[in-house]
Amino acid sequence: MQRHLSPYFSQHAEAAPLAVFRIFFGIMMFLGVVRFWAYGWIEKFYLEPDFHFTYYGFGWVQPLGGWTYGLFVLCALAALGVALGWRYRWSSVLFFLSFTYIELMDKTTYLNHYYFISLLAFVMIFLPAQAYFSLDAARRKDLRFQQVPRWAIDLLKVMLALVYFYAGLAKLNSDWLLEALPLKIWLPARFDLPVLGGLMGQEWVHYAFSWAGALYDLSIPFLLWYRPTRGIAFALVVIFHTLTAILFPIGMFPYVMIVSALVFFSPGFHRQLLGVAGRRLGVARSRFDTGRAWRPGSLVRDRALKGMLGLFLLAQLLLPWRYLCYPGELFWTEEGFRFSWRVMLMEKSGYVQFKVVRQQDGKWFYVDNTDFLTAFQEKQMSFQPDFILEYAHYLRDHFQAQGHGEVAIYADAFVALNGRPSQRYIDPQRDLAKETESFAHKTWILPFNDEITGL
Amino acid sequence: MKRLSFTLLTGLALLFGCSSDGDPTPGEDPNPQQFDRRPMLENWADNIIIPSYQAFLQAQATLEADFTAFAATPDVSTLQQVRQSWRQAYLSWQRVDMFEMGPAETDGLRLQVNTYPTDVALVESNINAGTYDLALPSNRDAKGFPALDYLLNGLGADDAAIVQQFSANAGYGTYGADVIEDISVRVNAVLTAWQSGYRDTFVNNDGASATASVDRFVNDYIFYYERFLRAGKMGIPLGVFTGTPAPQTLEAYYSPEDAKAFFLEGLDAVQDLFNGRHASGSGPSLASYLRELNTLKDGQALDQRINAQWDAARALVSGLGSFRSEIEENNPPTDMLLAYDQVQAAVPLLKVDMVSAMSIAIDFVDADGD
Repeated sequence: MQRHLSPYFSQHAEAAPLAVFRIFFGIMMFLGVVRFWAYGWIEKFYLEPDFHFTYYGFGWVQPLGGWTYGLFVLCALAALGVALGWRYRWSSVLFFLSFTYIELMDKTTYLNHYYFISLLAFVMIFLPAQAYFSLDAARRKDLRFQQVPRWAIDLLKVMLALVYFYAGLAKLNSDWLLEALPLKIWLPARFDLPVLGGLMGQEWVHYAFSWAGALYDLSIPFLLWYRPTRGIAFALVVIFHTLTAILFPIGMFPYVMIVSALVFFSPGFHRQLLGVAGRRLGVARSRFDTGRAWRPGSLVRDRALKGMLGLFLLAQLLLPWRYLCYPGELFWTEEGFRFSWRVMLMEKSGYVQFKVVRQQDGKWFYVDNTDFLTAFQEKQMSFQPDFILEYAHYLRDHFQAQGHGEVAIYADAFVALNGRPSQRYIDPQRDLAKETESFAHKTWILPFNDEITGL
Repeated sequence: MKRLSFTLLTGLALLFGCSSDGDPTPGEDPNPQQFDRRPMLENWADNIIIPSYQAFLQAQATLEADFTAFAATPDVSTLQQVRQSWRQAYLSWQRVDMFEMGPAETDGLRLQVNTYPTDVALVESNINAGTYDLALPSNRDAKGFPALDYLLNGLGADDAAIVQQFSANAGYGTYGADVIEDISVRVNAVLTAWQSGYRDTFVNNDGASATASVDRFVNDYIFYYERFLRAGKMGIPLGVFTGTPAPQTLEAYYSPEDAKAFFLEGLDAVQDLFNGRHASGSGPSLASYLRELNTLKDGQALDQRINAQWDAARALVSGLGSFRSEIEENNPPTDMLLAYDQVQAAVPLLKVDMVSAMSIAIDFVDADGD
């Protein structure tokens, strides 16, 4: 293994694709943060709610009150720093930390693509992405390299490929392929689209979109990697993501994916791109063409870094399969659902009413969820067990602090999945105040009344 | 690999090739899931919403006339007459209460007309002061139907005592007339807005997005059901959110027989809207939309299940005594709690099954999805 890998790890490639990736990534993230702010989401998602849903083990990550705006400023500036390649190490570390902190503040806003960005941001810290066409490299000759290790660029490609491929695997289930669900529910609601609208109600369109989507996700990494199909593949990337951007409210993600896919293109393409950009900006690209190849400062550190990134990649490969450790239907329990590139797979909604029972005298009452949660939080809470439990604990603490003594919390919950009739979701006899959060299977989730086969 | 991309390309070419042909001919598709939302919006606006406001204003005009007569010559018979027309107008209000959107939402009509319990001390102090501005937000709980409830039903121990109060202090008559006028002016403005432009805005916004009319309306509709019909008229007085019954928070508290009738009228209004029923028949509705989507629930169509749930709720509520006696004379008020559970049981059907079948987002947060 070592012998085979050694020559691969000593190979170098043009730095231009990595530089282009860095620039686009930074710009996209900067725009993403500005957009988030402009929509008033900082206020709405992080400042208005009294209570935040946290990730297991990350309860200490909380919004910072008025300073939350500062955090977003920091994040935006760091993204700009990444784009410009200015004090790149600091910028990239700062961007990763601030962005990830923001994501960890409330899992109500969890999106796979935010997670993907955190992962990319993490990896970018360790890549010599500032070696070419950056302010750092312009400033200091000793930081200027025309070539970088080949694995640095390949790592980004692998990460993109993983997202697509796993998203494709996740679609190989009976709901998606045999029932065309949830597209059968979502597409007819888009009847008002110009041109496409008339098609959205047709059943064959639901099936065509489902199958084409699965096929696309599974094949696009290979089509992008393989030079002869690359051009077509990129056209498909543009078409696919534009279509999803039109059909679904998925924000920046389609555009991030489109520009990221450029990393598959040849160094020549990226050099041209930077040449054009350089002329526009009055920076000669040739200034960076030193012919020098970037080499790690310390071999030991380089070894450790590669080992760490290797483990990181391995974790990425394994995480999506962790659902196999849990009994029951994944879509129903959502145990192992997040961080697995399971996107757009479910039309799931729920409704939960919490009953608080005072243990001292048996007096009971229901909770008005709007007293504690925003509409968005309530919606996300209503069909995700870990949210339900965390909120139940919050209610327990709240009402005990109010002087009700020891209280039991029961959930009266109904969930509908992919057009099936709603079904009771949580065992109404189980006192959630006494249940604890862990990675173990939650036995108080009632079993799913139906079966979805496939991966 | 090549063959794969070829298949993909032809597939996509097929999709896009067809899309440029425009809409398919109606009637050709064996499985058309093409519910046109526009006729439903028209049915709502033209046959239900606008006529309901008109009917309300008619009842309101009668109330106004009868109150003027009563204030001019307070006696037991004019009192009973005005009380009767107050009840009719309040009943009629239950048929427009759920339309809190567009012009009504701008005005905050529900808060202006039906904030209860009314603040008796504030009513009295306004009357004593003789000057008051009913447009002030601080006066919301001293006006509307609940304030009239106090004036017509709660001012004295019996009819004679109430008549005596009105005879002794002309301020009561003036205040009542002003409160009635305030309601009329506001609802008139809302109706005028519907008739001069908003109706078209409402109907033309017939798309499908978080801000489209159907999506907004369904959200408001469910919100009304959950918050004002279920919780406001039953849940809060029952104390289901606090553990302590609070009969003083009942609608029409001073007229104990009415709270139940008002609830039932509101339930009828909700169900009629769901089924698209109006004075002269019925039209496209949420129920026919669901039928079109062919959503089966436990072998029974979802629209039938929702209707059955409401029928069950109505049967139990109808069997109750007056809400006030149910709550005040039973501890816990078991029968009314059981009836409440039936009213409650419709919420998940609406909020989970119906909106998910229609792909309507249940809040206006325009957050990204993935």
